[in-house]
Amino acid sequence: MSRFKVKKNKEAGAINTSSLPDIIFMLLFFFMVTTTMRETSPKVKTKVPEASQIQKLEKKSLVSYILIGPPINHRLYGDNSRIQLDDQFATVKDIGEFVARERQARNEADRNKITTSLKVDESTKMGIVTDVKQQLRKSSALKINYSARRAKK
Amino acid sequence: MPKRATPEINAGSMADIAFLLLIFFLVTTTMDVDTGIIRKLPPPVEKNQDDVEVNDRNVLKILVNSHDLLLIDGQRGDVNMLKAKVEDFMSLHPNNPKYPEVKPKFIKELGKEVMLSKGVISLKNDRGTSYGMYIKVQDELAKAFHEMKDQKSLQMYGVKYDQLVDPAKVKIINKLVPVPISEAEPENVGGE
Repeated sequence: MSRFKVKKNKEAGAINTSSLPDIIFMLLFFFMVTTTMRETSPKVKTKVPEASQIQKLEKKSLVSYILIGPPINHRLYGDNSRIQLDDQFATVKDIGEFVARERQARNEADRNKITTSLKVDESTKMGIVTDVKQQLRKSSALKINYSARRAKK
Repeated sequence: MPKRATPEINAGSMADIAFLLLIFFLVTTTMDVDTGIIRKLPPPVEKNQDDVEVNDRNVLKILVNSHDLLLIDGQRGDVNMLKAKVEDFMSLHPNNPKYPEVKPKFIKELGKEVMLSKGVISLKNDRGTSYGMYIKVQDELAKAFHEMKDQKSLQMYGVKYDQLVDPAKVKIINKLVPVPISEAEPENVGGE
């Protein structure tokens, strides 16, 4: 008489899969929450330069993007760098309006915390970037971020 | 009314549905966090404002031309030299006329006066300079100042600047190592 019965014929019992949906749902919710749908489709190529002293942008909702680079459809628009605001090409003069629009879209408390992230292609000439920066200064959007990738070591 | 047994819903395909949704969100998720060099632009200036006179020895001029070539204080230079040049320039040598002047500054948090360099780094680029080069220069400058902050922090608190936890200490280091980078309006020499 042994206390511990030794099972003779070991048969692998079926794994209980009833909690599988729960696990999958958990993953699902994680991805649902972290997903941000892309609102704009890029019209210009922006291969941002590499840098080592980079910081993460903290609040995504408080960042507005200005894209500058050569148009993807270069047959139609040529090779010169263009500015893209929201979903369309723009000129330097539109920046002021763009900043005002971005401010309107935010809460009153957050309006002076908006960071403007400049996603500029590395081949772009500084002339256009400087013009944009001057416009940003004029419309007092002073917090800017030069978008850059982490340099590989 | 006869009691009808409610048939049990088959939950076996629940996982499949969840999988389907999961895969959809997996594919659409973009986890890219935007990173970059954060800078603050100077506020707009009024038209008729006099230029501030700055002693020549206090300025380290960095020029980048339209061929992405560097001129550091009148000499042709390389991006890799920039960090050492800046660190050397910002070091304190009160009696050497080749280095910038020093001025005493009272720091409230420390409760004493500290000597700080009056040096300013003036960055000027051409309209034809490529953005990649501009960021390289900015990055080198940032590296130089970061290293100086590291040194100061090690000297004062024994840890590197990034490892400082106390925000008050971070503030003190930021006051002791200011980042005086001035960007001039670009010139159009080489053309775009």
